[in-house]
Amino acid sequence: MGALPLPTLDQAVSALRDGATSSRELCESVLGRIDTVDSRIGAYLYVDREEVLADAAAADRRRADGSQLGPFDGIPIAVKDNMAVRGQPLTCASRILKDFVSPYDATVIERLRSQGFIFLGRTNMDEFAMGSSNENSGLQATSNPHDSSRVPGGSSGGSAAAVAGGEAIVALGSDTGGSIRLPASFCGVVGVKPTYGRVSRYGLVAFASSLDQIGPLTRTVRDSALMLDIISGRDPRDSTSLPEPAGGCASCLSAASVNGMRCGMPREYFEVEGLDPSVRECVENAARQLEAEGAEIVEVSLPMLKYAIAAYYIIATAEASANLARFDGVRYGLRDSEGEAESLLAQYRLSRARGFGDEVKRRIILGTYVLSSGYYDAYYLRAQKVRTLIRKDFEHAFTECDVILSPVSPEPAYKKGELATPLRMYLADIYTISVNLAGICGLSVPCGATESGLPIGLQMLAPALHEKRLLQAAATYEAIRGDL
Amino acid sequence: MGKGPDTSHIDVRYVADLARLELSDDEIKRYEEQLGDVLHYVDQLGEVDVSGVDPTAHAMPLTNVMRDDRESPGIQRDDVLSNAPASLEGGLIRVPAVIDGEEGA
Amino acid sequence: MAVSAGTTNHETFIRKTTIHKTFKEQEGDSHAMTGALHGYEAIIGLEVHIQVRTSTKLFCGCPNRFGGEPNTRVCPVCMGYPGVLPVLNREAVRKTLGAGLMCDCTINTYSKFDRKNYFYPDMPKNYQISQYDLPFCRGGTMPVSGVGLSGGEMQSKGIGITRIHLEEDVAKSTHFGSYSGIDFNRAGIPLMEIVSEPDMRTPDEAYAYLTGLKQIMQYAEISDCDMEKGQLRCDVNVSVRPVDQTAFGEKIEIKNLNSFRAVHRALEYEIDRQISDLREGASLRQETRRWDDALGMTAVMRVKESAHDYRYFPEPDLMPLEIGTDWRNEIQDSLPERPGVRRDRFVAHYRITPYDADVLTQDKLLADYFERAVAKGATPKTVANWMQTELLRELSDSAQGIAESPVAPEALAELVALIEDKTISGKIAKDVFHIMFATGKAPSVIVEEKGLKQVSDDAEIGVFVDRALAENPAVVEDYRTGNKKSLQFLMGQVMKFSRGKANPQSANRLLKERLEASEG
Repeated sequence: MGALPLPTLDQAVSALRDGATSSRELCESVLGRIDTVDSRIGAYLYVDREEVLADAAAADRRRADGSQLGPFDGIPIAVKDNMAVRGQPLTCASRILKDFVSPYDATVIERLRSQGFIFLGRTNMDEFAMGSSNENSGLQATSNPHDSSRVPGGSSGGSAAAVAGGEAIVALGSDTGGSIRLPASFCGVVGVKPTYGRVSRYGLVAFASSLDQIGPLTRTVRDSALMLDIISGRDPRDSTSLPEPAGGCASCLSAASVNGMRCGMPREYFEVEGLDPSVRECVENAARQLEAEGAEIVEVSLPMLKYAIAAYYIIATAEASANLARFDGVRYGLRDSEGEAESLLAQYRLSRARGFGDEVKRRIILGTYVLSSGYYDAYYLRAQKVRTLIRKDFEHAFTECDVILSPVSPEPAYKKGELATPLRMYLADIYTISVNLAGICGLSVPCGATESGLPIGLQMLAPALHEKRLLQAAATYEAIRGDL
Repeated sequence: MGKGPDTSHIDVRYVADLARLELSDDEIKRYEEQLGDVLHYVDQLGEVDVSGVDPTAHAMPLTNVMRDDRESPGIQRDDVLSNAPASLEGGLIRVPAVIDGEEGA
Repeated sequence: MAVSAGTTNHETFIRKTTIHKTFKEQEGDSHAMTGALHGYEAIIGLEVHIQVRTSTKLFCGCPNRFGGEPNTRVCPVCMGYPGVLPVLNREAVRKTLGAGLMCDCTINTYSKFDRKNYFYPDMPKNYQISQYDLPFCRGGTMPVSGVGLSGGEMQSKGIGITRIHLEEDVAKSTHFGSYSGIDFNRAGIPLMEIVSEPDMRTPDEAYAYLTGLKQIMQYAEISDCDMEKGQLRCDVNVSVRPVDQTAFGEKIEIKNLNSFRAVHRALEYEIDRQISDLREGASLRQETRRWDDALGMTAVMRVKESAHDYRYFPEPDLMPLEIGTDWRNEIQDSLPERPGVRRDRFVAHYRITPYDADVLTQDKLLADYFERAVAKGATPKTVANWMQTELLRELSDSAQGIAESPVAPEALAELVALIEDKTISGKIAKDVFHIMFATGKAPSVIVEEKGLKQVSDDAEIGVFVDRALAENPAVVEDYRTGNKKSLQFLMGQVMKFSRGKANPQSANRLLKERLEASEG
């Protein structure tokens, strides 16, 4: 995939520390790579070269005079276009926010900025994170770096493709129902969805507030651990952020082992209709490798799996219908300006009709419907109760195992346009969605490929707040797996 | 979903009015079909025995998260107005006339 | 507009069936209303919005202050920018709970916020963070009694408070014909919604309820309730029904009520209009009407269309609240005595009249002033009189509040002591008070400086008495022929010659002694 492989985050830190490279060199190689491949991949919506190079020069000056902000000072990072970076566009890949410039920093961005990270640009996504393929971007198409005819997965498809395509050392994504793990799996990179509340959501444009969580997309498990150590922790601006101390994810990896670790394989996950044989083979092979390393493989049961998608699409769309109501063309964003909007009502209706894409409209309608008078109890309240049962499913399973192993998606990256109906597309999220409903942590780590070379991810899950256990298991697997 | 309201049909026009979305007749027809499928799928939640189960509104069980009553800096009016599609002299954001009774508190 | 005409011919008959004393007493009121109930009664419920006095807004750190250049007290949170999150202001919750406790509400031990969804340009997110099924407070009472605004005695009763919840205020819209302008400075200010039971039957009761509510909020420093600044806003629901009917009539909502007096007038108008319409055989429909204060009438604003479909659901960005006994007790302990309780205590403990106690407890600072003066040993009744006459007049003339009074309660107590130990007369004391108010000097200093000390020595007073008798032989004669009222004139002369300093009791005694002595 091209001649100039980027260093991992860990390698970049060492190289900067040892003076083997400079921020300018790192940024130039990333920008050069973007020049070469992004016309084919389409990972980025926006890159501000001059700003990046100016920031790099400033970082190099700091390092020269000993005032560097830390080991990461001068390392470029790609950011999904739904996290606020002051002075940069914040579009969520939607026409309705095409010209919106954020006047503030998200908390994660503030934390990364204080470490000296350089914000390379904005990566493409499904509009407002609604989708699993990036085909719902209102602005641009993104291709899977491994096969241009296929989707990169979504909704953090731009971030996954940028890392996989060598266009970014690390990237940030967000995961509401699998939006980090799925594209990580399709593109062959590591993607972590932290425990709900671990990472501040302040500055993440909400899709479904009770499910959204920011996480890293990286080449290695260690890089994800480094990122988590920076972005995790309580934020007074996010009432849902957890008070428990974070950090120590990277340092715990040196002692990583799976010896005696009980790895649960949920029976129901392997009975899913349409599970691709190569995916099953890769996941089962990964389990065998872990077993050989001393892990104990146990069968567990998550009987509520079959209801997860239904509950998810009620809860997520209901929350989204309110979250997206603010896009009305009054304070910012697209306002119908062709003179037809004589009345306020018409302005609302036309601005929103023109600003939102098909899938977003569909979900707003579904979400509005399930909350509307007479339907609340039958849909929303019932879905919330099923959510409780899903949470309990996991609580029970985690009494029998320490981590859970499963596929990320029933099949590898599919062809663009292949999942024609919304329902078919929703069903592809079966393995990832219940994790968000339960609020636990999970990740995708590459575990093989199809015969034609399409990456396949292994999903690993751990109880809430057990990111360290999760990363230790993943790092151990990554080591025994070897290079793919 | 068993007993309860009729969930076999979604009145997209009514819902789109609530959500302030201008839809063409074609779109309404398409969404009705597509979401009809989705709702049919979702109806399987009716099988689950949820009696005595508490609803989950938040993924994590926190309570009493509050802040102190202390001022923090806001944003400049220039930033407010530069993002607004239309504004008035004096710093107000401009919208088509708000008609009493159109909706509202 | 069907303003109801008087139906005087029938009034005597109809009055017999009427149980509403206060309406009867409105007879002769100058407005066009007849006030006749014709066997109907009014059902009134109030929905009051009160801004909570805090330093910052409900969900962000922007200042909670009135006014300011448009759109200068805003941040990404209260502008509803993409990606922002609300964080709850503890002080706003505390004050809302305090309001509930002041109104005898039950505090819900578990409470939460919900999103109320509707589109309006004054709502930055197009949903309002409010409380739906678990408000902070429910089931309170506001007592009303005493003389109503119309002058009649109200039956003592408790008006039920259904609930008090906390929500965010919306932005302010200004209308310019074909377009409107929005200022978001107000968006996000903490706002309590206080919903009453439909327990009120007369405009007087509604007025008394509002006054009581405002008084309590000011007492506990929960809100200044300045209606001109929009800190208190009121919507009224009113329907009428025959007195023997239990079902409610069609509810009419009245908006644009800018003062308590406007609420009273609008209710008088609306009750009369509804009764007249029904009597003329017209049927009423559920609608919202706007009060026009200048015209003194309501007009249809909108007819109730389909019910609002607000799609309430729990706010996922805010965590629920558990309000334990500890916190509730701590708030309870920090609250002041309620005005009604204080009024009753003033009557029982200080033995002042219920009327005086009522006036003094209208305002917490006034009541505090009274108690500080009394604590210095001054006679409560005298302090009460002085406060209600001289003090309030001087304050009103100089447009000052009790907090800015140049005369401290301790100084008033000292003045009262000077009167009671006969150092100065009550009349002189009024002059002294005036000087105290103007200069802030202590009364003893003023009395000393101006030589105002009362003369109680009989020999000294005797000089003035003799002069009065000598200079007015005709009056003396008049007295002796039996016109005892002439004594008053002679007393006036003595006070004049002594420049008000003669002890009136002594002067009176000496005058009588000499008049009767020479008589014999």
